[in-house]
Amino acid sequence: MKAVTVESLTKRFGDFTAVDNISFEIDEGEIFGLLGPNGAGKSTTISILATMADATSGKALVNGHHIAGDEDGVRKSIGIVFQDQSLDEELTAWENMDFHGRLYRIHGDTRRERTEELLELVGLDDRKDELVKTFSGGMRRRLEIARGLLHRPKVLFLDEPTLGLDPQTRNYLWEYIENLNMEFGISVIITTHYMDEADRLCDRVGIIDKGRIVALDTPENLKKSIGGDLITVKSDDYEGKLADINQPWIESIESYDGFFNIGLSGAEEHLTQIIEALAKTRITISSVSIRKPSLEDVFLYYTGKSIRDAEADSKERMRMMHFARRH
Amino acid sequence: MDVIYTIWLRSIKRYLRSRSRIVGSLGMPLFLLVFLGFGLNSVVVIPNTGEDYVVFLAPGIVSMGVLFTSIFAGLQIIWDRQFGFLKETLVAPVSRTEIMLGQTFGGATTAIFQGTLILILSFLIGLKFPGILGLLIAAGFMILVGIAFTALGISIASRIEDMNGFQLIMSFLIFPIFGLSGAMFPITGLPPAFRSLTMYDPLTYGVEGIRYGLTGSSQIDPLVCLVVLSAFSVAMIMAGAFLFRKTRI
Ligand SMILES: Nc1ncnc2c1ncn2[C@@H]1O[C@H](COP(=O)(O)OP(=O)(O)OP(=O)(O)O)[C@@H](O)[C@H]1O
Ligand SMILES: [Mg+2]
Repeated sequence: MKAVTVESLTKRFGDFTAVDNISFEIDEGEIFGLLGPNGAGKSTTISILATMADATSGKALVNGHHIAGDEDGVRKSIGIVFQDQSLDEELTAWENMDFHGRLYRIHGDTRRERTEELLELVGLDDRKDELVKTFSGGMRRRLEIARGLLHRPKVLFLDEPTLGLDPQTRNYLWEYIENLNMEFGISVIITTHYMDEADRLCDRVGIIDKGRIVALDTPENLKKSIGGDLITVKSDDYEGKLADINQPWIESIESYDGFFNIGLSGAEEHLTQIIEALAKTRITISSVSIRKPSLEDVFLYYTGKSIRDAEADSKERMRMMHFARRH
Repeated sequence: MDVIYTIWLRSIKRYLRSRSRIVGSLGMPLFLLVFLGFGLNSVVVIPNTGEDYVVFLAPGIVSMGVLFTSIFAGLQIIWDRQFGFLKETLVAPVSRTEIMLGQTFGGATTAIFQGTLILILSFLIGLKFPGILGLLIAAGFMILVGIAFTALGISIASRIEDMNGFQLIMSFLIFPIFGLSGAMFPITGLPPAFRSLTMYDPLTYGVEGIRYGLTGSSQIDPLVCLVVLSAFSVAMIMAGAFLFRKTRI
């Protein structure tokens, strides 16, 4: 059985299509990353899968339960950390956990033991009797994650769980998520804006842009898909000249604001040829660098936006040409 | 049952923790009791019984405390929505009806607690102890008022998205319900047109029932009060459950 099956799911708000006919499957025990710029439709997708919003059309199964029709089955199977805070600030950390445990009908000792264990894991055991309103943003986030795990869900949704956490806590959490995933076979769907996080954690990654899935594969394959190596050339006057660098070993060229990326394999061997080709086309080079593509480059390639300026308008995006196959 | 208890427990904890709010919300009733009660004592004559105005007023002010606390307890859902906590309850595998009932009983409990505090103040001011039976009758009516109006608050909260409508609710719902109820004046003295208006106000039956329990006399038959108020409570619970089931985050 698949942990999640999504078929032609669409969500419209009036005329605006937030999620546009997406389909994908998540295997049991898989950690699946959903990446995309702001407003891409990640949270909307998650809230539909978590039965918190209705889809306009399409269907989905979570842990074998239909999201429309068997809401209770879905809700029993999932744990979720929402993007926005969902704690009761007038209760203590312990009471928030306790409330959750009781709602999910976890009984007496089990509830207390797990609460203890999870609060320790997220480093809140010494503050457990303090009101949540006295907590910092990071502490609240950690509490929410602990809470989402309390009832040992089969499928765990994490909507930007590590936003605002310090690197140390992030690392802890990654380890914990990996452990949960391995020990209990919990399937995890995570959205994040940290590419290193997605790269380290996710078995597969779906890149979503303007409500559509534009790429979906393992981080390895995604990186390969844009070329084995990446040469980044910074230049101010390359516009209209890129088409002339026509070499058979170039797999892709993507241009952005003030720089462009050449995807190819064996960059080191071709470096002189590249420089020559650039010189021939009279492109002024301010700097050149060679590296292996990161998930960040993949994101840039498929959405035209670096994760940092994902919010910015896409007008500067200008795809000249590309030779690579897309998925 | 677990779920209803859980939600109920949260309401109680939040209420007991807001000490300043408890004390603060006693100010207005105390003010009304002392200044209206004693101030108008010599002016107002209560027909038939001839009792002091402050004695007549006290059950009305108790009802007021229960009414306000319970409606606000129902409206708490709007805050829960705004602060995100509603998502936590709605995504859990529990029925909406259970959540709604938990919220209703929690709200009713805090409302009765608040009403009891005002009742104690009233005893200090001059209301005579009505005996155990009278107290039980009053408590029964307080429970019904608490349940009915928490459920009403939940119904409203399920339909409006944020606190923008709050002033509207205050002006066009809560104050009219209170003002028309005969909490502050004897309804038998009203002109007929106005009197029939008070008969459409469900709180009238609560006030009269509580008044019967506390002072031993009322202008509406307490059995009628019981029947009307019970019917209203059931209707409100059903409306609340229905509307809350459809609420979205
Ligand atoms: N209730 C709503 N009414 C109208 N539009 C909405 C609503 N909820 C979301 N949207 C729109 O749907 C789009 C997708 O929103 P969503 O929250 O899913 O994005 P996201 O991918 O999670 O973004 P972010 O990275 O910023 O969290 C946005 O353009 C948003 O404005
Ligand atoms: Mg989001």
